[in-house]
Amino acid sequence: MKSLEELKAIREKMQGSVALRNEDSDQTRVVVGMATCGIASGARPVLNTLAEAVAEKKLDKVSVTQTGCIGLCQYEPIVEVYEPGKEKVTYVKMTPDKALEVVNRHLNGGAPIKEYTLNSTTL
Amino acid sequence: MYRSHVLVCGGTGCTSSGSQKIMETLRTEIAKAGLDKEVSVVQTGCHGLCALGPIMIVYPEAVFYSMVKDEDIPEIVSEHLVKGRVVKRLVYEETVTDEGIKSLAQTDFYKKQHRIALRNCGVINPENIDEYIGTRGYEALGKVLTSMTPDEVIQVILDSGLRGRGGAGFPTGRKWQLAKNLVQDGGQKYVCCNADEGDPGAFMDRSVLEGDPHAVLEAMAIAGYAIGASQGYIYVRAEYPIAVQRLNIAIGQAREYGLLGKDIFGTGFDFDIELRLGAGAFVCGEETALMTSIEGNRGEPRPRPPFPAVKGLFERPTILNNVETYANVAQIILNGAEWFASMGTEKSKGTKVFALGGKIKNTGLVEVPMGTTLREIVEEIGGGIPNGKKFKAAQTGGPSGGCIPAEHLDVPIDYDNLIAIGSMMGSGGLIVMDEDNCMVDIAKFFLEFTVDESCGKCTPCRIGTKRLYEMLDKITKGKGTLEDLDKMEELCYYIKDNALCGLGQTAPNPVLSTLRYFKDEYIAHVVDKKCPAGVCKDLLSFTIDKEKCIGCGMCAKQCPASAISKTDYIAPGKKLPAMAIDPAKCVKCGACMATCKFKAISKK
Repeated sequence: MKSLEELKAIREKMQGSVALRNEDSDQTRVVVGMATCGIASGARPVLNTLAEAVAEKKLDKVSVTQTGCIGLCQYEPIVEVYEPGKEKVTYVKMTPDKALEVVNRHLNGGAPIKEYTLNSTTL
Repeated sequence: MYRSHVLVCGGTGCTSSGSQKIMETLRTEIAKAGLDKEVSVVQTGCHGLCALGPIMIVYPEAVFYSMVKDEDIPEIVSEHLVKGRVVKRLVYEETVTDEGIKSLAQTDFYKKQHRIALRNCGVINPENIDEYIGTRGYEALGKVLTSMTPDEVIQVILDSGLRGRGGAGFPTGRKWQLAKNLVQDGGQKYVCCNADEGDPGAFMDRSVLEGDPHAVLEAMAIAGYAIGASQGYIYVRAEYPIAVQRLNIAIGQAREYGLLGKDIFGTGFDFDIELRLGAGAFVCGEETALMTSIEGNRGEPRPRPPFPAVKGLFERPTILNNVETYANVAQIILNGAEWFASMGTEKSKGTKVFALGGKIKNTGLVEVPMGTTLREIVEEIGGGIPNGKKFKAAQTGGPSGGCIPAEHLDVPIDYDNLIAIGSMMGSGGLIVMDEDNCMVDIAKFFLEFTVDESCGKCTPCRIGTKRLYEMLDKITKGKGTLEDLDKMEELCYYIKDNALCGLGQTAPNPVLSTLRYFKDEYIAHVVDKKCPAGVCKDLLSFTIDKEKCIGCGMCAKQCPASAISKTDYIAPGKKLPAMAIDPAKCVKCGACMATCKFKAISKK
């Protein structure tokens, strides 16, 4: 390594991964339901897509984690987004493609995608 | 890209409680569950809460598992990592609330802490330089080499108010300034790191070296640039094998990246670091003895002046700073002198790491702003004293320090306040004592240590500490006189004034401070021939209350000296004759008292 630019390149490459270990309370939490029902209906690819897209876009205020069953098994895979100071948004019947859209439009763009949410589904 | 990181502590504390095995099992179980592309297992340095090891943290949820056992791993993997269900029974109980798992940063142990020197310990993998760079590592070195003059660097350290964390508290910037300016003949200068942490009960330097070795290397390179040195030495104890191993890995990686070696960042600045292992002599933590030892000679101190800034290692200008001091340097360069100076008290800036030990619930490592009171450290962060016992004193500064009694619990801790109350910061060992500790015995313990560790070069230390020890021994055996107390005090001051190095000059401190605050205990030993805490065996007697004794004979079975036998007295309401102890045969081991279920045996 002979320059500050090279140091910076390594730092940026690593930052996304080290930032995962931060405990700020102003973080947006994206939670994927990963109980048996969630896993069976395909939550794992959704979780991985979310985690990768968030890291790729360097959204260091967003953490992607998993949770258990929230009781709406027929709507799995379910993804919940908790933004500090805002109401929780619950996305249902997610796919990796929908997850990418959520990252682009909601987490990065700031606009929840209404048509994928629980509220727009008839229970 | 991993969605989750599982951090396992690889510090000495957790390693000795089995964290290496846990890490292996974790990797196997994760692979078995098919998660090895999603979840990464990271070995880190010490998290500080050593009492609860082995420790494991799962991010991004920041769930803190404590006292994890190998057999718990399959459950954690299948429940938490696969299904996202936290295994509550293994989580650190204070973080479990009705609303779910609260963050570690909000627990009593961590919430008052402010981590600068320890900021990466327990967060990054110390064996991976990229993780250190990911937390702005080596950025300070880059900044210094490309945009600051050596004088500017020294000015920032001076303005920050950083003082030596090894114990004496000499201003670090001043030390660097002297080494740069006093000799300017263009010859070699040296940067040394004192990692010969020898105080009983202190382990913060070890934790920094194990958890964040690059922080020390980076700071030494910065110091090298500031004073005009191209060679550094780290003098580390051979008793710290994990620290030595990680330092070697770190030095290798830094050389590979060109962050140590020739022409760093293309600026023409050369700097390299070598390790020197100490062979276990306490006196080698003293600066001149340390340098003599690096030179390959017997580790003995030499008189000052000349000071190391003029004639240090190999008779060349040298600076020697402690590990924790270096761990603050890069942060000061990155965040500015004002940032650092905004923490702490008027004359002691920044934070200090303390190693909590003794009679305290949360044994471990804490870093708090200077000026935090002893009460906050002991009662809030440390979780208080176990078993409902009463606080008696806290010992700071190891064999060079003193005991702080309960009346000074609210003194804000900094260098000057501690000296004013007869102790010293030392390296930051903090041993808590409760009512079961005898203060004369504590003083004797530390004197025994200094007698062993005295290098023997100067008479006041070699003979003086031995005589002090003998007087203390006499007192604990009930053979002391009031005159001995006066003689002892006089000898203490004589040693302080005449010993050659810091080790001897501070050796009487444990005696002086206990004499000052706990004279009544000394008097009880000398006049009443009693040890109030019930520690000094020669002054103890065990007796059986014949009214409470049911005559079961359990005590007699336990007694190794056959000192207990039946009497012919039967207490009212009891069926068998009571037992009695023959004081002439009793060895005062206390086995009878521990075994009696009827609390009929007492010691006085």
